Amino acid sequence: MSTPFYVSPQQAMADRAEYARKGIARGRSVVVLQYTDGVLFVAENPSRALHKVSEIYDRIAFAAVGKYNEFENLRIGGVRYADLRGYTYDREDVTARGLANVYAQTLGTIFSSAAEKPYEVELIVAEVGNGPEDDQIYRLPHDGSIVDEHGSVAVGGNADQISSYLDQRHRDGMSLAEALRLAVESLSRDTNGAERTLTAEHLEVAVLDRTRPQKRKFKRILGRQLSRLLDEQTAEDKAEGGPGQDAGEAAEAGTAGGTTGPEAAAEGGKEGGKDSGKGSGKDTSAGPEDAGTD
Amino acid sequence: MDFLGAHVPELLPGNRPLPPVQGAVEAPHGTTIVAASFPGGVVLAGDRRATMGNVIAQRDIEKVFPADEYSAVGIAGTAGLAVEMVKLFQLELEHFEKVEGAQLSLEGKANRLSTMIRSNLGMAMQGLAVVPLFAGYDIDREKGRIFSYDVTGGRSEEHGFAATGSGSVFARSALKKLFREDFTEHQAATAVVQALYDAADDDSATGGPDMARRIYPIVTVITEEGFRKLTEAEVSEIARAVHERRLDQPDGPRAALL
Repeated sequence: MSTPFYVSPQQAMADRAEYARKGIARGRSVVVLQYTDGVLFVAENPSRALHKVSEIYDRIAFAAVGKYNEFENLRIGGVRYADLRGYTYDREDVTARGLANVYAQTLGTIFSSAAEKPYEVELIVAEVGNGPEDDQIYRLPHDGSIVDEHGSVAVGGNADQISSYLDQRHRDGMSLAEALRLAVESLSRDTNGAERTLTAEHLEVAVLDRTRPQKRKFKRILGRQLSRLLDEQTAEDKAEGGPGQDAGEAAEAGTAGGTTGPEAAAEGGKEGGKDSGKGSGKDTSAGPEDAGTD
Repeated sequence: MDFLGAHVPELLPGNRPLPPVQGAVEAPHGTTIVAASFPGGVVLAGDRRATMGNVIAQRDIEKVFPADEYSAVGIAGTAGLAVEMVKLFQLELEHFEKVEGAQLSLEGKANRLSTMIRSNLGMAMQGLAVVPLFAGYDIDREKGRIFSYDVTGGRSEEHGFAATGSGSVFARSALKKLFREDFTEHQAATAVVQALYDAADDDSATGGPDMARRIYPIVTVITEEGFRKLTEAEVSEIARAVHERRLDQPDGPRAALL
């Protein structure tokens, strides 16, 4: 392929956006949704050490998908920003809006600077308020724009499908167990419509709980507590679904292994149509990298 | 904190030029802090008085602060500087926890506080010293531990009980006679209130429980469950019980001679 001397700004931006989007699509998804006592974060993440969801400040938390080193960098920057703000002024003066603005600036600058490659990340910054109407959720795509979200939001590999699934089923005033069930259901659906079973080992769950007596409202839901919450759900499912459950699980076990297969193939097809062959060659390497981004 | 030092050094103590002074600087000073450990935790308590020379600058100052979930700092010395030091210490522990995803060890926290006190040495030489007492629950060793400091940042671990501030001599002597290894949480809280009462008895800069204004010492407990500040009702009950007994025995409980 010959190297063109002139690339129009539109083309350059489109290429960069394409690059970032593809990077993000390789990873697994994170969903964030409001429930009656706060905001719930659920990520599909088999790693115990590398977090996708973390605390930023008293009422603010952060969730991200994409390249770990890039969003970890942004997370530490956010913690620094928040701690410095809170120390210089007051703890109350640290807001999600301010933080989201800083992230938007950073992402926007990196995205449009020709010297750097765009960050392959998508972030969510959420703040829990005194009541559900005061909760704030911001989604920050790779290009530095800010989207103010309400109710539920998903980012990552399968975000569009998960978002629409969540939008249809999410309602105000859900309990923690209900919200968690909805989140897990949405994450366990594949692009081709099949379902997998996600157990406590595959999930990273955290909440911003406005009822916590401490100043810091962020709490991870781990181990036994998470299994208990999930068990509560499956017990309810069993009561509702009856014998259909076991058959479904067996079918899921079969598809779980080949998860990345159909997704990558579908994407490869899409790319191939768009920029003739260049994309599909790249996408074959997406399989092994997938494990790295999670 | 390297980040803070590099970006906004003026926010850090120890980076400010000191004006030349003649004589002592008048600034409110906090007075007595005591701590005692018991099986399963540690109590840290402080009186409520701040003095400026002969004047009582504040009757209801709070001098015991949570440093994080499992530790607390009680401050004696120049109140303004001490409060700033505690704020910075709290910030640093929280920042570390969030960035690293794990808490500092109790030793690590104690060492960090030591460095912060040392950075205040210049001020201390001019009479604005800060000498805190640090207590926490060590999750790894499953026990409460107490660290005391000197003005140069020297750190020493205390076993059983400790005190700092102007009334510390009297408070420590009182605790020495009262302290037992097998205290319950409530007994340990009572012992530190007794010690503060004795300190207030003999040291003019330490305030005793103020029944008329309902100002009682701050008593905090740190156990496996984390930091807890006793409510005013709980402390007032202990303080009233102590006060009641002192009406008969003004010098407090008597220790056995042999």
